[in-house]
Amino acid sequence: MVSDEASPIQVILYEGDGSSAVPPDRRFEIFSALLDRGYAVIRAAKGSYRNGDALPATAVEADRMLVLGDFGGDAPVLEDAGGRTAIETRDIGALDGESVLEMVEKFRDDRPMNQPGAWKPWFPVIDYDRCTNCMQCLSFCLFDVYGVDDDNRIQVQNNDNCKTNCPACSRVCPEVAIMFPKYSGGPINGEPVSEQDLEREKMKVDISALLGGDIYSKLRERSETAKSRFSKERSSDKALDERKKCLIKLQGEGMIPADVLENLPSPEEIQRKAEEAAAKAQAALAAAEGGGG
Amino acid sequence: MPEESQSPKILYCRCAYAQVVPGDVKDGVLKSLCDSGVAFETVSDLCEMSARQDPRLKSIAEGGPVKIAACHPRAVKWLFHSAGVPLPEGDAVEILNMREESATGITGKLFNRELSQ
Repeated sequence: MVSDEASPIQVILYEGDGSSAVPPDRRFEIFSALLDRGYAVIRAAKGSYRNGDALPATAVEADRMLVLGDFGGDAPVLEDAGGRTAIETRDIGALDGESVLEMVEKFRDDRPMNQPGAWKPWFPVIDYDRCTNCMQCLSFCLFDVYGVDDDNRIQVQNNDNCKTNCPACSRVCPEVAIMFPKYSGGPINGEPVSEQDLEREKMKVDISALLGGDIYSKLRERSETAKSRFSKERSSDKALDERKKCLIKLQGEGMIPADVLENLPSPEEIQRKAEEAAAKAQAALAAAEGGGG
Repeated sequence: MPEESQSPKILYCRCAYAQVVPGDVKDGVLKSLCDSGVAFETVSDLCEMSARQDPRLKSIAEGGPVKIAACHPRAVKWLFHSAGVPLPEGDAVEILNMREESATGITGKLFNRELSQ
């Protein structure tokens, strides 16, 4: 389960006035241990920032801040003058990375936090330099990940609904505009899009058209999309079949994890969701067309 | 290396929630930062922060010139956008790609005071 806690803890390794410098090897140990457990850490020292502050603005955006330092056994009491951030201090003396991590974990107590290894931040990221607002992703995704904003622009609306390791929507995007940064290969992972990638996408759309009728090829002309994609000529059974076939093909190509397919909603539910998504996409496209977008 | 108040801020992303950045590169860059004596900021994972729309991303995006050692620049740019805090256009941000470049190459650019696109 994803934690929506804004910022569990901001950790500062303070090496300014009143604190001794931490040897580089131990500094690396401390940073590695904390980062690998999911904590953000800042190394701060006097004169580090343009305004003369010892701490960057980033730090005070956190609700709770833990300032660590080699204070000679006597950690100072610190307060946020703005009263916004609760600051606590700890003397780390000569503690190693694991011991410092233990100290921070104890400080965090039972506040929720996304754990590396237990959860992966997997969700689509839209490259709006490439996106043409064709709504293909919205009409393809069965899990309500996509929606539109007030200007009828496609957006990722429900990150948490996205199925981990499933980049299927990026595979049906004709403009290669959908990224999954945690994916291994390009251009889905955010690598620059090459001409070769674009050619491959064109072929992919053709394959999809073969699988599912004319849906994807017709989608490429945005002005025609609203008229053709949801036309009454396409039966609801056919739309359902298209998705199934496309999903199975993408799975065969290693693009969709088996467990995603195994956990697809019932055919009736898919039917209902597909119709809802199509209606949303149609309405957004019609509104955008009407508004000259 | 002396601390410079006018140098671009340095932000390092550990990519801790998935193993897509080579371990030797991200360790090498972090080691160089720790050895250097400069002030720097690190985050466990920009993707995780973007997913939560962490308010600290706003400070990073709006906090002046910054060098970000992370992932593919296209992904990083739109991750910030996705969190509702677009990175500034122009020459205030340099994104260094630890998925593609060597640790030596990345650190050389991080410690160069000039920002390049």
